[in-house]
Amino acid sequence: MATTRTETGPLIDGATGKWEIVIGMEVHAQVLSKAKLFSGASAEFGADPNAHVSFIDAGMPGMLPVINRFCVEQAVRTGLGLKAQINKHSVFDRKNYFYPDLPSGYQISQYKQPVVGEGIVLVDLPGGKTIEVGIERLHLEQDAGKSLHDQHPDQSFVDLNRAGVALMEIVSRPDLRSAEEAAAYLKKLRAILRYLGTCDGNMEEGSMRADVNVSVRKPGGPLGTRCEIKNVNSMRFVAQAVDYEARRQIDIIEGGGTIKQETRLFDSKKGETRSMRSKEEAHDYRYFPDPDLLPLEFDDAFVARVKASLPELPDDKKDRFMKDYGLNAYDAGVLVAERESADFFEQVARGRDAKLAANWVVNELFGRLNKEGKAIGESPVSAAAMGSIVSLISDGTISGKIAKDVFEIVWTEGGDPAAIVETRGMKQVTDMGAIEAAVDQVIAANPQKVEQAKAKPSMVGWFVGQVMQATGGKANPQAVNELIKKKLGI
Amino acid sequence: MSKLTDLSIAEAREGLKNKAFSAAELTEAHIRAVEKARALNAFITETPAIARAAAAESDKRIASGTMRPLEGIPMGIKDLFCTKDVLTTAGSHILDGFKPPYESTVTRNMFNDGAVMLGKLNMDEFAMGSSNETSYYGPVINPWRRKGSDAKLVPGGSSGGSSASVAARLAMGATGTDTGGSIRQPAAVTGIAGIKPTYGRCSRWGIVAFASSLDQAGPMARTVRDCAIMLKSMASHDPLDSTSVDIPVPDYEAAMTGNIKGLRVGIPKEYRIDGMPAEIEALWQKGIAWLKDAGAEIVDVSLPHTKYALPAYYIVAPAEASSNLARYDGVRFGLRVPGKDITSLYENTRAAGFGREVQRRILIGTYVLSAGYYDAYYIKAQKLRTLIARDFEEAYAKCDVLLTPTAPGPAFGIGEKTNDPISMYLNDVFTVTVNLAGLPGLSVPAGLNSEGLPLGLQLIGKAFDEATLFRVGEVIEKAAGATPRPQSWWEV
Amino acid sequence: MSVDKETVRRVARLARIAFPEERLEPMAGELNRILAWVEQLNAVDTSMVEPMTSVVKVSLKMREDAVTDGAKAPEVVRNAPSGEDNYFAVPKVVE
Ligand SMILES: [Mg+2]
Ligand SMILES: [Zn+2]
Repeated sequence: MATTRTETGPLIDGATGKWEIVIGMEVHAQVLSKAKLFSGASAEFGADPNAHVSFIDAGMPGMLPVINRFCVEQAVRTGLGLKAQINKHSVFDRKNYFYPDLPSGYQISQYKQPVVGEGIVLVDLPGGKTIEVGIERLHLEQDAGKSLHDQHPDQSFVDLNRAGVALMEIVSRPDLRSAEEAAAYLKKLRAILRYLGTCDGNMEEGSMRADVNVSVRKPGGPLGTRCEIKNVNSMRFVAQAVDYEARRQIDIIEGGGTIKQETRLFDSKKGETRSMRSKEEAHDYRYFPDPDLLPLEFDDAFVARVKASLPELPDDKKDRFMKDYGLNAYDAGVLVAERESADFFEQVARGRDAKLAANWVVNELFGRLNKEGKAIGESPVSAAAMGSIVSLISDGTISGKIAKDVFEIVWTEGGDPAAIVETRGMKQVTDMGAIEAAVDQVIAANPQKVEQAKAKPSMVGWFVGQVMQATGGKANPQAVNELIKKKLGI
Repeated sequence: MSKLTDLSIAEAREGLKNKAFSAAELTEAHIRAVEKARALNAFITETPAIARAAAAESDKRIASGTMRPLEGIPMGIKDLFCTKDVLTTAGSHILDGFKPPYESTVTRNMFNDGAVMLGKLNMDEFAMGSSNETSYYGPVINPWRRKGSDAKLVPGGSSGGSSASVAARLAMGATGTDTGGSIRQPAAVTGIAGIKPTYGRCSRWGIVAFASSLDQAGPMARTVRDCAIMLKSMASHDPLDSTSVDIPVPDYEAAMTGNIKGLRVGIPKEYRIDGMPAEIEALWQKGIAWLKDAGAEIVDVSLPHTKYALPAYYIVAPAEASSNLARYDGVRFGLRVPGKDITSLYENTRAAGFGREVQRRILIGTYVLSAGYYDAYYIKAQKLRTLIARDFEEAYAKCDVLLTPTAPGPAFGIGEKTNDPISMYLNDVFTVTVNLAGLPGLSVPAGLNSEGLPLGLQLIGKAFDEATLFRVGEVIEKAAGATPRPQSWWEV
Repeated sequence: MSVDKETVRRVARLARIAFPEERLEPMAGELNRILAWVEQLNAVDTSMVEPMTSVVKVSLKMREDAVTDGAKAPEVVRNAPSGEDNYFAVPKVVE
């Protein structure tokens, strides 16, 4: 599997010099379907043991697979979302191996002819840089069941509820070069899947799982031997696993050893990777086309129909936010990271000052949500309320400072921002007579400062502060500023 | 009136309709015949209670004038069909005690049409065999014997319990399955009729899989008409089987007009193989003459890749079987032989649970699919299949149906060929091409050889043209004259 | 391509069938006879031939995405040689 990335990535230090980490990912994304890929049993997470199991899923004699049309469509949809080649002819193969959670003794997967071929994912990195990550393929396959090892001293219990659930395996090229890049790629892939609605991206429930292939090399040198780290089930763990594994490999090589190609497991408690004993044996999967199924064929019309139903994806949305709303790349990137955030922002921005809206959503709202560990869907401040606050600022009803108080009230107590401003007397003072009286009073009370200000105009700020204080913050600071300058003749 | 067990299905249908006898009487006669014939070892499981209950229901239906197509007909079911709550073994030790919580589509179709199940029939283990000698439950004995000999002969295989039970008048008909000839070859050597329908005609759902791209269920009965009656019930489009084909099942009996004037019958020259017994050649010539006399046109055709069919089959079938049989691992059903860990549990269970022939084929299949050999064996064999299917397509440009012998010889003695797998495999030399190409094939009883053993002729049709096979088959059947019944030496 | 004792051992291991040492050699012989026999296929030039993918010329049947099965754990585990609380049980697997 060749990398498509040409430039050297970030380097890390070893005892013998600099090292480059090379990472490729295999992400298993569960298709958001009601039923399994080849049986009518429920694909829902969390049920009593073997309650979501048909005789097909249990590999009973004489049982046969019939494919779920929706799952096929979702794979094509995802392929289109990854700007990938859709293969109009693809084949289901059997991958043969023995394991207690694999009831038939084979997994139905796609080997030589997957449903989706090469594609591309653009990944924004924290520093503002964007990298292209090549997608090698996406194929449909069955999930395995689950073995529970801690219920009994000398037995493992097997639950087949997950067996046969539809997965999309999305294989990247080894185009990633650091833990941060790996985490950012996974985040972007998750966003795309969630935009498409083909996978919920829930890593805790296992509906999205990453196998991370890590190797190290001297900058510009040939690819090193890779180790596959299985089932890394959070963004944070991906970064931890990569860092740990790269360091482990560098230490081995620098200590004069060689890397053994193997499957390793990430232990999230210890933050380490370790060799998987059960996968040690050399595998010979004896792939061959599943004779119970026919090849999967589509025509151009089908692909066109799926394409026409695609939503606007993060990259396009980001471009539009920058172009139509005049947002900077950072704000636009943050807003499109989740479809819900982007939708929220657009509701706030509709018919309003978009940059002001972006500022409030990105800084005030997201800041607060992050602090309290809430998702956008759980925000106590609705898009309508947020929009109303932005409007109140724009039309001069409240100052930005007062707006923060209003936001706080809506966050904790709820309510309509306009009504809150009205009933609690938070409106900006717009009566020029009242403002003038306050200005006159401050000037009269501070003759010395007046003299100083005439020599040093930046002293105006001190007068504005005094007036604002006198008006309880409700005067329009712009108006106060202008009035003071006029009165002082500066 | 002749004995109830001697009636054909068509005759029994008339008798039941006219209330000449009841379904209960018909069923009791067969239950008694089964009990008296245990020496044949045709049944693995007898189900008289199920049979009696079904017969009672049939009598009610007959009384109320709501007779179904197979109403009250006592049948045997090959033990490869999963039958709800009834032990299903596939002739293997590894399915020890397995009672499926589901009913196969084919048997469900038959029971919905009123068929009465007498029990589950013995067979080669996982349908791997041509003599019924690989069954964990012991060999089935052919009801036929050579003139003046009491040597035990094989009933053909793998549907050996099916062929023996029908030939011995224990059941009026039986289900079989045919992966390389397992319906037609045992039918031929026991003097009965049997058809392997077009692949996709009968649902494979609920039938223990041997080689998925070749397996097909079909009927075995004493007359061509009885096979037509049974197939009409067994066949259906099944949404649960992705390879079941959605085309209507015709009224096969209506197609049996007896008229084959102008029909073009192809004679493939490649079926004249080296060392073919003279009596088989003579029988074939007789068949050609019968059809000519009935007004058919005889055409010489060529199926040039015929001789590669058997070796291609012995790659494809074991490859698929090695994967299909991976589920027998001692975890979810059947036999479990403990081990110190999960791997030794698997290895011990499969070593004890599978017989030698099954193990041999799993090893071949595993080997030909393994890394580095897949293209040389499996892909090569699948390419040969393409060529074999193409041969048939080209032949059918010149003819409507093909006539060949069914098997290269009559029934042989038990133990005669067990030490030489390849000579055993050669029993399927005339039947296996049809499986590789997915076509229908009918074996028709065509008389007895000099030793008094039955022989069969095979008709091969175009895809989904079983109707023509029944029509031509009946013409051969009539010309050959009724096959006598074997002497009931087995009765106790 | 000839099969030796070690190949039989490896293939039997892949197929998860315990094979006593004394059966390896005879089985190698049996497999070699069968493989030598099937190798007559090499006499046919198939370089321009597509392998057969399915005998039936129909398109893949698809079902709608609806839950129509499951909710029968007792039946699923009914035939199991060992189990508890509707789980299947196997000797402890170490990962
Ligand atoms: Mg993988
Ligand atoms: Zn996978």
